[in-house]
Amino acid sequence: MRWIPSVLILLWALMALSAQLLPLDPDRIDLAAILASPIEAGGLGYDDLGRSLFDRLLMGAHTSFLVAIGVITLSAIIGTWLGAMSAYLGGTFDVIIVRIIDMFLAFPGILLAIALAGILGPGIENVVLALTIVGWVGFARLARAQVLSLKHRDHVQAAEALGIGRARILLRHLIPLALAPLIVEATFGVASIVIAEAGLSFLGLGVQPPEASWGSMIRDGTRYLLVAPHMVLVPGIAMFAVVLGINLLGDQLRDRLDVRSRAARAN
Amino acid sequence: MLTAIFHRLFTALIGIAGVSLLVFFLIHLIPGDPVDVMLGESASAADRAALREALGLDQPVPVQLGQYLSGLAQGDLGQSLHSRRPITELLAERLPATAELAVIALGITLLVAVPLGVMAAARHRTLWDQGAMTFSLLGVSIPNFWLGPLLILLFSVALGWLPVSGRDAPGSVILPALTLGLSLAAVLSRMVRSTLLEVLHEDFIRTARAKGLSERGVMWRHALPNAMLPIITVIGLQLGTLLAGAVITEQVFSWPGIGLLTIEAIQSRDYPVVQACVLLIACTYVFVNMLTDMLYAVIDPRIRLGEA
Repeated sequence: MRWIPSVLILLWALMALSAQLLPLDPDRIDLAAILASPIEAGGLGYDDLGRSLFDRLLMGAHTSFLVAIGVITLSAIIGTWLGAMSAYLGGTFDVIIVRIIDMFLAFPGILLAIALAGILGPGIENVVLALTIVGWVGFARLARAQVLSLKHRDHVQAAEALGIGRARILLRHLIPLALAPLIVEATFGVASIVIAEAGLSFLGLGVQPPEASWGSMIRDGTRYLLVAPHMVLVPGIAMFAVVLGINLLGDQLRDRLDVRSRAARAN
Repeated sequence: MLTAIFHRLFTALIGIAGVSLLVFFLIHLIPGDPVDVMLGESASAADRAALREALGLDQPVPVQLGQYLSGLAQGDLGQSLHSRRPITELLAERLPATAELAVIALGITLLVAVPLGVMAAARHRTLWDQGAMTFSLLGVSIPNFWLGPLLILLFSVALGWLPVSGRDAPGSVILPALTLGLSLAAVLSRMVRSTLLEVLHEDFIRTARAKGLSERGVMWRHALPNAMLPIITVIGLQLGTLLAGAVITEQVFSWPGIGLLTIEAIQSRDYPVVQACVLLIACTYVFVNMLTDMLYAVIDPRIRLGEA
C-alpha cells in the first residue's frame, strides 16, 4: 500500500506530460456531443460546448502541474534563502524579515491569493506570482527556526574560523541540515497549491478560457449539475486523487524523515 | 495577567496596522494605470481625472497613505465605484449572512471533530481510529469548491431535500455550512486525537484511572480539559481559514455574504470594495486570534494565576 501515493503522483506527471505529447484537441467543439455523458459518448464525456472532457482533463493536469512546480520551486528558494539568511545574520535584517513574515501570517493565505490574483488580473503567470507571494512565508519561517537552532553548532563555528564566506556556510553547512522539515513542508505545499490554483480558476481568477484548469472545469460543471454531473465529477475525482496522493506522500515523508517531535511520534 | 492582555492587544494592533498597509499597497500592484483598468481605455479625460481625484491617486503616495489611514481611523472606507454607495453600508448589508454561515459552520466543525477525535484517541489503533483518520484525510483532500457541488448533487438533486443556492429558502444555510464545516472538522479531529493521545500518557491520567474512574470519566473530565489549549489555538486559526474559505463557498452557493461581495467586486473591478472586504476579513482574523490567546487565560488556571 505504500506505493499508492507515488503511483498517483506519477500518474499526474504522466497526464501533464501527455498533454504536451499527445495530439489532443481540447478546444474542438462537437455540437452533436454537447453534455454527453461517458456512457452515451464514451471516453470521459463532453462538456457544455461539446468539448472532450478527456482532452481537457489532461490539459488541466498540465496547468496544475506547471503551476505547482513553478510556485513550489520559487517559494521554496525565496523563502528558504530569506529565512535562513535572516536567522544567520540576525540584527536589523532579521527584525525586518520577521516583521514582514508576521504581516503575511496575519492574512489567511488563500484570501491574500484571491485578492492578489483579482488585482493582478487573470492568467497563469499571475496565478504563479500570487501563490508565490503567499507561499514563501511558510518556508521562510521554517528555515529561520531551523537555522536559529543550528547556527551555534561546532561545525559552523569551525567553518567560520576557517574564514569561509557567509553565503557558502549557509548553502553548504546550514541549509542541508535544515532540509528534512523543508521537504515535508514542500510536499504538503504542493497539495495546497493544486487546490489553490483550481480554487482561483474556479473563481474565474486563474487561467482563462479556452485554456483548461480542473477548477474552471468544475465551475463550468456546477451550472449543469442536473443534466451533466460528469462535468463536475471527472475533474473533481482527478484533483482529489492527486491531492490525496500528495498528502499521503507527505505523511510518509514526515514519518521517514523523523520530523515530528519524539512525544508526538510515541503515538 | 493585565500586562499580558495589554501586550496581546498591542501585538494585535501591530497586526492590524500591517494588514492595513498591505491592503493599501494592493491597489498599487495593478499593472499599468489603475484608473485605466477600472474605467477602460475609452473613458473621457474628465472622467479619468475625476476618478483619479476621488481615489486620491493624484496625490503623492505618502499623502495617499495618510488619507487612507485617517479614513480608516474614522471608519470611512470610501465609496463603491460601481454602486456609488458608501462601502461601510455594503459591508453592513452582507455581514449578517457571512456571520450566520460562519457560526453554523463552526458549530458543525465542533460537533463532528470533537467526538470523532475523542473516539479515535479512546480507541487508539482500532478500526474506529482508522476510520476517523481516513475521514480526516479525505476531508483535507477535498476542496470546498468540489465538496459543495457534491453535496448539492446528493442532497438537492438526488434526494431533493435542500435548496441548491441562495439564502431565501428555509434550510438554505445547511449545505454551505456543511461544506465549510466538514473540511475544517477534518483538520480539527486530527488535532483533537493527537493532543488527547499525548495527554493520556500523563501521570494524572494514571492517577485518575488508579482511583477507579471510568474510562469515560477519565476522558471527558481529565483528558479533554487538559487538551483544550492546543485545540482552541487550532479553532482560532481555523476561523480565519473559515472566513477565507467562505469566499469560495459563498460563490458555490450564491450565498450573499462578504465573500460573494469580494468576488463581485473583483469582477466589476471595484477595487476600493475589494480592499475593504479583504481588510475586514483579515482584521477579523487578527481579532479572533487575539481573543483565542486571551481565552487561554480563562481556561487555564496556570496562566490565569501567572505561573506559566
